[in-house]
Amino acid sequence: MTVWMEEGKRYCAVLRVVSVLCTWDGVFLRTLFWLCLVKMPCCSAVRTTGFLIMQLNAFPKSLTRPLALPQVGRRPLRRLIRRLTPLLALALVLFGWQMVVLLEVYPAFIIPAPAAVLEKAVTVVGDGRLWLHASTTLAAVLSGLVVGVLAALVLGYAIAKSSLLDAVLSPLVVALQSTPVVAYAPLLIIWFGSGLTSKIVTGALIVFFPMLINTVVGIRGVPSDLRDLMRAMQATRWQTFIKLEVPAAMPVLLSGLKISATLAVIGAVVGEFVSANAGLGFLINLARSQYDTPLVIVAVLTLTVMARLLYGLASLVERRALAWQSRARRD
Amino acid sequence: MPARITVSDLAAVYQMPGGDTLPALGPVSFHIEAGSFVCILGPSGCGKSTLIRLLAGLQRPSRGQAFLNDQSIIQPSRRVGLMFQDANLMPWRTVLDNLVLPLEVAGVPKPERLAAARALLPALGLADFEGAYPGELSGGMAQRVALGRVLIQKPDALLLDEPFGALDAMTRERISLDLLEMWERQRQTVLMVTHDIHEAVLLADRVLVFSRRPGRIAADIRVSLPRPRRLEDTYGAAFGQIAGQVRAAISQA
Repeated sequence: MTVWMEEGKRYCAVLRVVSVLCTWDGVFLRTLFWLCLVKMPCCSAVRTTGFLIMQLNAFPKSLTRPLALPQVGRRPLRRLIRRLTPLLALALVLFGWQMVVLLEVYPAFIIPAPAAVLEKAVTVVGDGRLWLHASTTLAAVLSGLVVGVLAALVLGYAIAKSSLLDAVLSPLVVALQSTPVVAYAPLLIIWFGSGLTSKIVTGALIVFFPMLINTVVGIRGVPSDLRDLMRAMQATRWQTFIKLEVPAAMPVLLSGLKISATLAVIGAVVGEFVSANAGLGFLINLARSQYDTPLVIVAVLTLTVMARLLYGLASLVERRALAWQSRARRD
Repeated sequence: MPARITVSDLAAVYQMPGGDTLPALGPVSFHIEAGSFVCILGPSGCGKSTLIRLLAGLQRPSRGQAFLNDQSIIQPSRRVGLMFQDANLMPWRTVLDNLVLPLEVAGVPKPERLAAARALLPALGLADFEGAYPGELSGGMAQRVALGRVLIQKPDALLLDEPFGALDAMTRERISLDLLEMWERQRQTVLMVTHDIHEAVLLADRVLVFSRRPGRIAADIRVSLPRPRRLEDTYGAAFGQIAGQVRAAISQA
C-alpha cells in the first residue's frame, strides 16, 4: 500500500514539473533560468559537453544535414539557431534534470544532481580510476572488434564462395546469433577466465554475425558482368579478389564495420558485467552496489562517448574509402 | 594481326529447372575473314548473346566448336576484346584507371599502361575526363570508356554485344561513326550484335540475320558499299537497297 502511495506522490510531482514547464509565464521562465544558472554550477560543463557532441555530430554530416532545408543555410541567424540546436536540446535535458532534482521528486541516490555527477566525474578523472577502467574496456572493445571483424571477413568470404560451406556453417551461425550473448557470456567466463580474453571473445562474437552477413552479401553482390569482364581478361583469382571483389564489396563491408564498432562496446560490457575486476562494466556494477549513482552515470556516459567516437571513426574511414561515391552522386 | 573466326556446328542448350532443356542457339556454322566487320541481327532471344559468350570463351557450347584462327576456343583469351550493352565500368575507378585495367591485369608496367591509355583518350573524346568517375559520366561517355578498355589491349578480334543498345539515337550514331573510324585504322576482326538495321548496314561488310530461337543463320547479306563510309552514304540509293534487303530477311526469319 505504501509503495503505491509513494508511486502516486512521485507521479504528482512529475505532473507538477510538467505543468511548471508548460505554463510558459514570463515570471516562471525567469525564475527557472535563474535557478538553472545560479543553482547549477556546471554551466561551463554544459557548454563543453554541448561542444563535444557537436564535434561528434560533425563526423557523419548526414546526422545533422537531412533536417536542413537548402534555403535555410543562407540566413545567418537561422544557421546559427540550427548549429545551436543540439546544444539547446542538451541544455533542455540538463534543465529538466536539474528541475527534477530541485523539486526533490526523487531522493539524490536515485537521481543525483548534474553537479554531483560532474563532481564525481572530476574526481574519478583526477584519481585516474576512470582512465584505468575506460582503457581496460577500450582494449577489450578494440581487440574484440578486430578479432570479430577479421573472423567474419574470412568466414564470410568462404561462405559466399562455397555453397557447401554455406550449407554447413549457416545453420550453426544462425543458431549462435539467435542465442542472446548475455545468456552464454557466463560460459565464456568459465572457459576463458575473468580477464581480458573473455571480453575479447564476447565482443568478437557479438560483432561477428552482422559483419559476416555483410561480407556474404557484399561478395555475392559483386555484379556478374564485372566477374565476366575479369574472366575475359584472364585475371587470376587473386586479381579478381583484389581488383574486383574487395572494392565492389567495400560499401557493404564498411557499413558492417560501422554497426560492429558500436556492438563491440556492448560485447565488452556484457563480459564485464558477468565477471571482471576492471573495466567500465565492472565500475558500473561496483558503483551500483555502493549506491554511488553519480559514478554509475559517469561510467555510462563514458561508454556512450566511447561508442560514439568509434562510430564516428568508422564513418570517417567509410567517407575516405568511398570518396568516389560522393563524387559520383554530385552529378 | 586480325584473326579469323570459324564457327562449326555450334549449339547451346540451356538446362531449365525441372529437367527441361531450352535450345538457345544453332547449330550454326559460319566463317569470318580476318579483318572484316560482321554484324548479327535477329529477334530478341535468338541466342546472339549466347553466341558472343561462346566465342569469348565464357561459356562452353553444348555441341560443335568455335575457332580463333585455328585454335579452338575453350577459355577466354586476351586476343579477344569483349564489350557488353552496359559499359560495365568499375565505379570506384576513374576513367583512366578503368581504361588501363586490361593492361594492369596483364602485368604491363604502370608508366607504359598509363601512356597507352592517355594516347587513346583524345580519339575516344574523353581527353578532359581522365580523372572523372563513371558515376559522373553520361551513358555515351561511359560506353566510350568501355570501348577504349577493349581497344587498349590491341585485340585481334572484337566481340561487341549490342554495345550501343542503351544509348539514345544521336549518341549512338556518333559513337558508331567513331568506332568505324578507329576500325578503319586498325582493322581488327569485328563481330557485333545489334538491333539496328541502319547501324548494321553502315558498319558491316556482312550482315548475318538470325532466326528465332534456337537462332540459326536465316540470311547472309554482303554489304558492298565502298569504304571509308560516311554518314552521308546512308542517304544513298545503294544503302537503302541493302537495308531493305536486310529488313526483308528479318521479316522472313
